Amino acid sequence: MLTTRRVDAYHALTVVAPGIAEPFRPGHFVALAVGGPQSSMLTRRAFSVHDVKPDYGGTVEFVFTVRGPGTAWLAERRARDTLDLVGPLGRPFPLPRDPVTCVLVGGEYGSAMLFGLADALLQRGCRIDFVLGAASADRVFGAMRARRMGETTTLTTEDGSLGVRGRVTDVLPGVIADARADVVYACGPMAMLRGVTAVSVEFDIPVQVAVEEAMACGIGTCMTCVLPVIGDDGVTRMVRACSEGPVFRGERVRFEDVGTIPFDALGAPGSPGGGARHVS
Amino acid sequence: MSVDMRTYLAHVELANPMTTAAGCASSGRELAQFFDLNRIGALVTRSITMAPRAGRPTPRMAETPSGMLNAIGLQGPGIDAFLERDLPWLAQRGVRTIVSIGGGTVAEYGALARRLTDAPGVTAVEVNLACPNMEDRGRVFARDGASAAEVISSVRTLMRYDVPVVAKLSPDVADVVSVARACVEGGADALSLINSPLGMSIDTETLRPSLAAVSGGLSGPAVRPLAVRCVWQVHAALPGVPIIGVGGVLTGRDAFEMVLAGACVVGVGTALFHDPHACLRILRELEELLQARGFQRLADAVGLAHRPPGNARSRADTTDMEESSL
Ligand SMILES: Cc1cc2nc3c(=O)[nH]c(=O)nc-3n(C[C@H](O)[C@H](O)[C@H](O)COP(=O)(O)OP(=O)(O)OC[C@H]3O[C@@H](n4cnc5c(N)ncnc54)[C@H](O)[C@@H]3O)c2cc1C
Ligand SMILES: Cc1cc2nc3c(=O)[nH]c(=O)nc-3n(C[C@H](O)[C@H](O)[C@H](O)COP(=O)(O)O)c2cc1C
Ligand code: FES
Repeated sequence: MLTTRRVDAYHALTVVAPGIAEPFRPGHFVALAVGGPQSSMLTRRAFSVHDVKPDYGGTVEFVFTVRGPGTAWLAERRARDTLDLVGPLGRPFPLPRDPVTCVLVGGEYGSAMLFGLADALLQRGCRIDFVLGAASADRVFGAMRARRMGETTTLTTEDGSLGVRGRVTDVLPGVIADARADVVYACGPMAMLRGVTAVSVEFDIPVQVAVEEAMACGIGTCMTCVLPVIGDDGVTRMVRACSEGPVFRGERVRFEDVGTIPFDALGAPGSPGGGARHVS
Repeated sequence: MSVDMRTYLAHVELANPMTTAAGCASSGRELAQFFDLNRIGALVTRSITMAPRAGRPTPRMAETPSGMLNAIGLQGPGIDAFLERDLPWLAQRGVRTIVSIGGGTVAEYGALARRLTDAPGVTAVEVNLACPNMEDRGRVFARDGASAAEVISSVRTLMRYDVPVVAKLSPDVADVVSVARACVEGGADALSLINSPLGMSIDTETLRPSLAAVSGGLSGPAVRPLAVRCVWQVHAALPGVPIIGVGGVLTGRDAFEMVLAGACVVGVGTALFHDPHACLRILRELEELLQARGFQRLADAVGLAHRPPGNARSRADTTDMEESSL
């Protein structure tokens, strides 16, 4: 581990990890072991990659907020400590072939992963506009960098301490209309992604969302992180956010059914085609 | 000098004692990104059911001290997709595959055995008996020797004679030995101990159970003493029956403990979530431990802790003693 810094309400850790930095694509995440070698915390913690740099053969930076014991332990790490990371994991954001106009929407630390994406989009000649929001000013991540990279940057806070008072979805329709956006990319809390998807659908433009579901392994083996997503064939399946996501087409995610098994999902109890009569 | 790590699950030889635990390796492809699946003794699949299953609602997992609770609910593709996609993928790569099956009735287990009996690439069948019996008001098969034995004998009858049938038992019973004995009498060629015991945790923020399913299976090092006790008791009562020891194995030392208790094969589940390379690391550590203790063959260590006290020194030392005519 190289450096650790505070960014407003967040901690940012940079680690030397050439094996992750090199194959990294925007949207990837890493899964960290926490608590050290004798840890009693066995499940891995997932963090989006904020930044990769070529220094020292390749570094990876991620940004986090302290939620429970695992992130509290991480916040106490210092330069030169070693960390156990697996990555890059997940399916990255698909990029448009043509130089189109993209709105990038970030909520809380969800903004952190948008900058790698913004770099890639700018390289393709895309125009980008940012909408970043959070509960309060100290929780809006990356406003300065967004202002440098974006054609426009709109900030929202629920308490009005920065930018527009309200939520990202309050300002998003105006931003999409003004920029004549072709695509929306979003990362943040599920409720925000649901709202952003609804707005994008209203404008009839594609929306790519990076979801967050509780994870234990991050590599697709434990089946913890599932949510109902509609496939190309129109069938809803319980898919893994870690290995089949975290990036999905927003309109394919059944946000209103997250936390349930929709009755028409493949293999749902009593669903057509058999399904399960019993549970274990 | 390397240790001979070969072991037998009934008459089937495995190159080494390491397997994945049922339900902890998904289709196999996910782990294959991290290590060559041919290097472990066998891969145990998730429990395959007749129909596809969507599983339980989320949250499905809660971390607990040195372990986790899960209520996945056997999410899986169903036997058709398994035979079409997953099994051929494993078979093509020559991965030794123990297929775990789960059902709600004796007939469903039988139907699964019928589908598997001619499928190429099945090294053994592991019968997950921790499923509610729909014909007995949802009582879990593994809790009742008679219904567990009924499932096993149905699967044994329908499965090719040369494919071992393994009964996977649950520790949530008053007398694990009597269920084990019933399964062996029903035709089980081997036993797998333990499935995850039921546990529960409550979120003190939301004031609700942490899992959507309320309770779930506890796994990880937290359950290891329970697993070691079950393996010990069953090996003591049925010393000729091969045992797959599963539950909380995180290191070579833990695997060695299982072996000493009587397991000839060791399954690794939750540890794989923490360390995708766990199987190979544990195998290496186990081999080093055996070597350091003077063992030439893994088989010599199986059940060794059952020897009467006073005989507790390693085999190598014992041999020296005899030769030195003391
Ligand atoms: C793809 C992805 C990207 C993420 N990126 C970031 C990020 O960039 N910055 C950041 O601060 N947080 C991020 N998170 C959330 C982060 O993983 C959790 O905050 C963290 O796991 C909490 O661990 P804890 O021990 O502090 O909390 P606890 O609540 O004690 O965690 C206990 C267990 O629950 C799991 N868990 C709990 N909440 C979550 C959650 N929301 N998501 C995933 N697992 C959870 C943990 O992995 C752990 O197994 C991301 C989550 C996902 C799935
Ligand atoms: C996420 C998860 C899924 C599991 N799925 C199955 C399953 O499908 N069939 C089964 O027989 N056991 C299943 N188990 C139980 C494990 O195979 C094993 O018996 C138990 O977890 C104890 O071993 P461990 O501590 O190494 O994980 C599952 C366990 C976990 C944690
Ligand atoms: S976190 Fe384990 S399958 Fe997704």
